[in-house]
Amino acid sequence: MSSVEFRKDIFADERDDDFNEIGKPRIRQDILGHVTGRSRYYDDHLFDGLLHMRCVRSPHHHARIRSVDASAAERMPGVRRIVRPSDVPNNLNTLLSLIGFGRDDEPLIASGKVAYRGEPVLVIIAETEAQARAACNAVRVDWEVLPHVLDVEEAIKPGAPTVNETYPNNTFDYGRFDHQKLRFGDVRKAFREAAHVVEAEYQMSPIEQAPVETCGAIAAPETNDRYLCHTGTQALFFSLGTTAKLLDMPSSKLHFIGGTVGGGFGGKVDSLTEPMAVLGAMLTGRPVKFQWDREEEMQVGAPRGGERWRIRDAVTADGHIIGREFTGFFDSGAYTRLSSYAIQKGTGHLPGPYWIPNVASNIYCVFTNRTPATAMRGFGITGVDFAIECHMDRVAETVGIDPIELRILNSYRDGDMKPHRRLAKNCALVECCQVVAEKAKWPISQEARSASSLAGSSPERASIPDTAVDEEGKIGDRRNREIDPAPAPGTKTVPAGTRQPGEMKDAGPQRPDMMPDAAALGLKRDQASAQRQMPAAAPSARGAPQPVAPAQVRPAAPAAAPPAAAAQPQPSAPAAPPAREPGPAPSTGQPAEVPYQPDKPFQRGVRRPGVSPFLSGSRRR
Amino acid sequence: MARKPISFTLNGNEVSIFVGESANLMEELRRNVGDLTPKHGCGQGTCGACTVMVDGEPQLSCITLAQSVEGRSIETVTGLSQGPVLHALQQAFIDGFAAQCGFCTPGMLMAAKALLDRNPRPSRDEVIEAISGNICRCTGYEPIVDAILIASGQSREVRR
Repeated sequence: MSSVEFRKDIFADERDDDFNEIGKPRIRQDILGHVTGRSRYYDDHLFDGLLHMRCVRSPHHHARIRSVDASAAERMPGVRRIVRPSDVPNNLNTLLSLIGFGRDDEPLIASGKVAYRGEPVLVIIAETEAQARAACNAVRVDWEVLPHVLDVEEAIKPGAPTVNETYPNNTFDYGRFDHQKLRFGDVRKAFREAAHVVEAEYQMSPIEQAPVETCGAIAAPETNDRYLCHTGTQALFFSLGTTAKLLDMPSSKLHFIGGTVGGGFGGKVDSLTEPMAVLGAMLTGRPVKFQWDREEEMQVGAPRGGERWRIRDAVTADGHIIGREFTGFFDSGAYTRLSSYAIQKGTGHLPGPYWIPNVASNIYCVFTNRTPATAMRGFGITGVDFAIECHMDRVAETVGIDPIELRILNSYRDGDMKPHRRLAKNCALVECCQVVAEKAKWPISQEARSASSLAGSSPERASIPDTAVDEEGKIGDRRNREIDPAPAPGTKTVPAGTRQPGEMKDAGPQRPDMMPDAAALGLKRDQASAQRQMPAAAPSARGAPQPVAPAQVRPAAPAAAPPAAAAQPQPSAPAAPPAREPGPAPSTGQPAEVPYQPDKPFQRGVRRPGVSPFLSGSRRR
Repeated sequence: MARKPISFTLNGNEVSIFVGESANLMEELRRNVGDLTPKHGCGQGTCGACTVMVDGEPQLSCITLAQSVEGRSIETVTGLSQGPVLHALQQAFIDGFAAQCGFCTPGMLMAAKALLDRNPRPSRDEVIEAISGNICRCTGYEPIVDAILIASGQSREVRR
């Protein structure tokens, strides 16, 4: 076991030194199975009469399907069933519909058209894998090849081909805008005051997770009218919910077994194989395996999306970064999957671990004719962090300051206000930088050596500044004219410390049976709404922040609620399903809340008042 | 498709099965014999997860024709431990955290065993060379190389 050095001298008074486990090597509980080969992965379950499933996939980036002729394939030896788009009971889904975010945009089996190379158009189930493969080769598809777009900025230009009809502007919708906005202070003012303006662009390529075990699942009819599914998924209940939705069946009819995964790294959350295998078992009444081969894993398996970032910094002569502007493009590929969420995660992360009083960002979730992107190891954060840290070095070089000292100078201190309106707590970047310099024998100034995360904040740094907001980039505008994707100059100012008027309403989960039961959770609505109305206050003392409800500007959609939401009164009232009568506390159309306590660690089910982490202005219902 | 009877020894036991002309050894071991330790990672001889030993040499079972092992001796991870007593390699992999998801581990162990059987005290470079056909995506190669080196230092005592 490699040695871990504990620097218990740092923040020594902030914890009890009673670690029983941390720092001591422990044997993995599953490793005996791994070294003896007894760990059972999904494919290590044997079934008599197992059928094999293969897909006919698109060779084109973008094409209309004129016709699919499977008549020769149907007569091939061993073929037991051809599965067509019409066999999928509910052939349109988006992964995050399970938490009420985004619109259904992706078929399990494409019909009409394909939007990326490798998209399935027909599925063949046969006695052996080789027979299924041979039958797939005998299928004739008449393609009408369409113009495609593979670059994020080409895709948002007027006249670019529409990749995904659910989002005809090639961008995911964030409130009224075609991008996720973040506004904090006024970057334009900062650029006017800066001694240096440092600007650069960073491009990350897509990365395939490439687990050694390819994605797959085996499904079999059970004897109790349920379907068993062994799967390599990383998200068992996500896959179960997605399967239930696509196949339009109650999830109680599905018996999912997983947990032993042959490498995932994010690439096994997309739930593409489980619905297909269960559908196969339903249609044939036999056990069916759907296992991607290596080529599918690399071509069809969803990678980390490519990201393009432009960063522009306003820096003073002594190295204080006083403004930072981001323009970001996430290549979502042909469908949404999880990219829309990655962008919100990334927005919450900006501008990196540094206190910068003026921050603006526009991030675009762009649809292109590439393989849909999905989760991979810190997606939404890793890419922008790469850009930010490269940019920090560039700033250090421009200003002529040591790169570690520049970081120490600009690091968050405890109590600083972050652009997404939360206070920075338990900061430790200053100390990390100091230890790194010490270990690397990298000389830094006495001032940098004596800096501390506990000192340096101020009431000014702890408050929300006057914030410039703009209305540029409404959904659909880019179809008609080219618009600079960078954050536009503010057209009005939201006063410091105040909340934006006309806050967006919570729309609640998409399906009423997914409504949390407030009574069961022991939550009180009035408590939450009382907290909501608390006036903004700056923390009074450093080190012991008072519970405050920081005033806020909605990063997602400043100003009024989206027109759609404003025009139609939300059917927010009794959304509890009639079958499930709520307990004593009346369930409302909105998710239950408990008061937000800034000094308590983040808990599940606790939200900052009035803000849903998952809001889309254009919901299905 | 003509199926042909073949016999071979698997971890010292005699096995006789009927196999098709184009059947590969990995699928036959897994589905026909029931030894699930060779893993399917690529099916094209690039990842090493299906590595088994044939007459003492590491071989990629997914691109080995099953009919070609007639009369030969095959070793898999199933035969590595002596009952409940683990092989030195297995113990070193446990102690050194040389397995995370575990999917490449059976292949790694067989490639390592083939090396140590041939060369009981390999250099670090020889270990790296021996597992160069085995892809690992999570543990990282360093703990695996360390574990194989440690196993080579202890093997005489542990296998006593």
